[in-house]
Amino acid sequence: MAKPPVPLDDLNRRFGPHLNYVPHGGWQDESRNPAERLVKTHCCFCGQQCGIQLKVRDNRVIGFEPWEDFPYNRGMLCPKGVKRYLQGNHPDRLLNPLMRTANGFQPAGWDEALEFTARRLRELQDRYGRDAVAVYGGASLTTEKSYLLGKFARVALGTRHIDYNGRLCMVSAGTAYKGAFGVDRAPNPWSDIPKAEVVMVVGANIGECAPITTDYIWRARDNGAKLIVADPRFTPIARNADLYLPVRPGTDLALLMAILHVILRDGLTDQTFIAEHTAGFEKTAASVEPWNPRRAAEVAGVAPEAIERAAHWIGGSRRVMILHARGLEHQSKGVENCEAVVAIAMATGNIGREGAGCVMVTGQGNGQGGREHGQKCDQLPGQRSLADPAAREHVAGVWGIAPEDLPQPGYSAVEIMNAIHSGEIKGLLSICFNPLVSLPDANFTRDALERLEFFGVIDFFLSETAMHADVVLAGSLQEEEEGVGANVEGRVIHIQKAVDPPGNARADSEIICELARRLGRGRYFPYREPREIFEELRLASRGGIADYYGITYQKIDENQGVFWPCPSPDHPGTPRLFEGGRFFHTDGKAHFMSLEWRDSGDPVDGGFPIYLTTGRVVSQYLSGTQTRRIGALVDQYPEPKLEIHPRLAGQYGIKSGDWVTITTRRDTITLQAMVVRTIRPDTVFIPYHWPRDRSANRLTHRTLDPRSKIPEFKVSACRVEKAAAPPEWARTRAPELVQGGRG
Amino acid sequence: MHGMEFYVDPSRCIGCQACLKACEECETHRGVSMINFDFVDRQETVATAAYVCWHCDNPTCAQVCPADAIKKYEDGIVGSSLKPRCIACSNCVLACPFGIPKLVPEYEQMMKCDMCYDRTSVGKRPMCATVCPSQALAYVTPETIAASRREKPVNTFWFGNQKITTKVYMMAPAEADAVSIDVADYTWEGDYEAVPQAL
Repeated sequence: MAKPPVPLDDLNRRFGPHLNYVPHGGWQDESRNPAERLVKTHCCFCGQQCGIQLKVRDNRVIGFEPWEDFPYNRGMLCPKGVKRYLQGNHPDRLLNPLMRTANGFQPAGWDEALEFTARRLRELQDRYGRDAVAVYGGASLTTEKSYLLGKFARVALGTRHIDYNGRLCMVSAGTAYKGAFGVDRAPNPWSDIPKAEVVMVVGANIGECAPITTDYIWRARDNGAKLIVADPRFTPIARNADLYLPVRPGTDLALLMAILHVILRDGLTDQTFIAEHTAGFEKTAASVEPWNPRRAAEVAGVAPEAIERAAHWIGGSRRVMILHARGLEHQSKGVENCEAVVAIAMATGNIGREGAGCVMVTGQGNGQGGREHGQKCDQLPGQRSLADPAAREHVAGVWGIAPEDLPQPGYSAVEIMNAIHSGEIKGLLSICFNPLVSLPDANFTRDALERLEFFGVIDFFLSETAMHADVVLAGSLQEEEEGVGANVEGRVIHIQKAVDPPGNARADSEIICELARRLGRGRYFPYREPREIFEELRLASRGGIADYYGITYQKIDENQGVFWPCPSPDHPGTPRLFEGGRFFHTDGKAHFMSLEWRDSGDPVDGGFPIYLTTGRVVSQYLSGTQTRRIGALVDQYPEPKLEIHPRLAGQYGIKSGDWVTITTRRDTITLQAMVVRTIRPDTVFIPYHWPRDRSANRLTHRTLDPRSKIPEFKVSACRVEKAAAPPEWARTRAPELVQGGRG
Repeated sequence: MHGMEFYVDPSRCIGCQACLKACEECETHRGVSMINFDFVDRQETVATAAYVCWHCDNPTCAQVCPADAIKKYEDGIVGSSLKPRCIACSNCVLACPFGIPKLVPEYEQMMKCDMCYDRTSVGKRPMCATVCPSQALAYVTPETIAASRREKPVNTFWFGNQKITTKVYMMAPAEADAVSIDVADYTWEGDYEAVPQAL
């Protein structure tokens, strides 16, 4: 049973998170030596994938220099990007494989750790069947690693069950875009944003979660664009909004349908575009007909006049950009939310032109590239469907196996955890995923992990989830292996290897290939370097939707990125999709959908009368495995706080700094209040980057969108009360962390 | 130098603090950030302000320094205090109308933004303005700022009756010629030098 071998505090003392503040050798000493090399590569964190130059000396990353020539971010970086280099040379770094013993984790040799992993996976499959073993991947992996992992699950293990933490990111938008346009990619390059006359940002905390996109939006404003921001919180960019819509959590669909209602009612649609380039408009029109602004206002808590104004600005312009992110997607109707955005763009003809389009702001590092080539439970390389016979035949041909040997689609990420909990899945191999922090209902996740008969992890730090593992294979950081990624725009970029993995740590792809060999499937994994994986990926994606056939490492370097699809070596790539109103469906048209209102899976009631919503802060990233180890980032926002409006706080006698207990139908945690007028009075907010008794995801629920299978992180029901005393973690934590000192 | 000037626009700031972090990476003061950063009033607003030294034409900090430790270079940059001279008396900290200089107890020395002298003196942009994701801190040519922004750069500041002109510009409403932070400047009092209506 996969329980931590010794108390968690003991594991924390040995494996961290400890705080790294200074570059190797200290600020004033060794790190002052000039760099031997400046490596032009990309930030390892969010979907912006900003260009950055890493300073390298003695096989160590010692600092950074802005990369001002890279066109996407032109040298700009957020604090995470500035300090990302401090994850290297970190005292918590795993330098050897670890095996769990009764006395805790002990370093092991590679042969022993790999042989044990392969043997246990094989034993479980022999005993319980192939699908008793699942694989978890992650969207911070390079595209090569993502591709390799999908092939590993299906060819080396032969299991149906592989999915990844991108399931917690933009899958709702992906499902909506695939249904509407036939392709899952932001249709516009970001350079279109400053050319818009109206920019609407809905459910996207741009300033904190996609900071570089701020510059694009501000440039649109400089050019005279109007900015509409819809969010339950008054986010940093809302400060400059021409129209702020304080939408109640989980009610964006009502707001968006009412905007479309007004656009239709007042004749602001683009009838020519609808007639020539779309199908099914009547379905959407019928859906929005009952959603007049008055009704939507009552549901969404936004003034009817404001809805009218937004509709008139959008309907009155031929250059509208709508940006949306997790706020829309993390709902049990996440796909419908995104379909409503898409419908507004299509009905007004604002798609496929310069300065006109709707775009999802992908959140994870390789959130785009990592979802194109086969680590999703229902997908093959090239954004092909695993259920499509022609796709199976093509990919099986590239892989040298029979199409019938390819498993059928399996469970998505949360469903895999559910099946572990129910005992259907007995073994798990996980890389680049910290589900104990990032999945909803963390107590359930912990129970599930403890039921695993075998749990293997590939990681560079001992994440909270990895503390449950039987074996931890010491893997590589992003800067330790070459590969490609795709940024938020669908621009394929080149991740350079800057340094070797330290100690006995190994490159991730090498570990996966070695496991395949020990599972007796080595001949399908003959790669000596990532470039060879990419060459195979080009062929596997050829003719697919995400067609990479015409992309090479050299072409990426020469063009500072290549936008897919790029079907042939002489093709320049496709920065803007759908030009001329040509869509990816076989009929060439964009498809409108029926939009159906559903209530949240965790409704507010008398016992739980307050909306709880969760999200990020600018100085932390996802489950914090990396960013909770970087001192300057931890100092900026050391612990999760509860954002609460003074009106609501007043009802409970809560003042800023008070300890407050938050209770949902799952669990209770206690955090310090931050009383702010920048959130709806019926809503509280907690950032989710922390584990254990500071974990927002102890409170969230496992309701999924039925199509995208994304959890409803953005809407839970809770109650709050002033706590009698600080929680234990606050009384016992290290003093330097309390004071935010310099460690 | 190199045709670039420094522009500050707090209305663009998103409070991400990339500038603070990047400043630590500068060669002349590694590990110590020289950015001044404030949440204006977090309970009421998300408004934040990040700013650098304004590099006054006639720097008050240097005027009040009893040890002659603060120098203005030929290109208009006002340096951090000279370590051999600074006596850590804090006169400059108290006197600067912008509140910029900081006494760093660890070094017993006043330190402040020197406009990344190691970078700007060789034609590179300062760390903070290079990384700033909102370009609230911008280091570009006057032509670029005039062509791209609706706001107007001003470098005349009134603190009561003290007029200060600076190398660094503040982005102000298009009709403003100066930044005044004294309400009295908006009232008519008679004898003082007339101040244009600003803000």
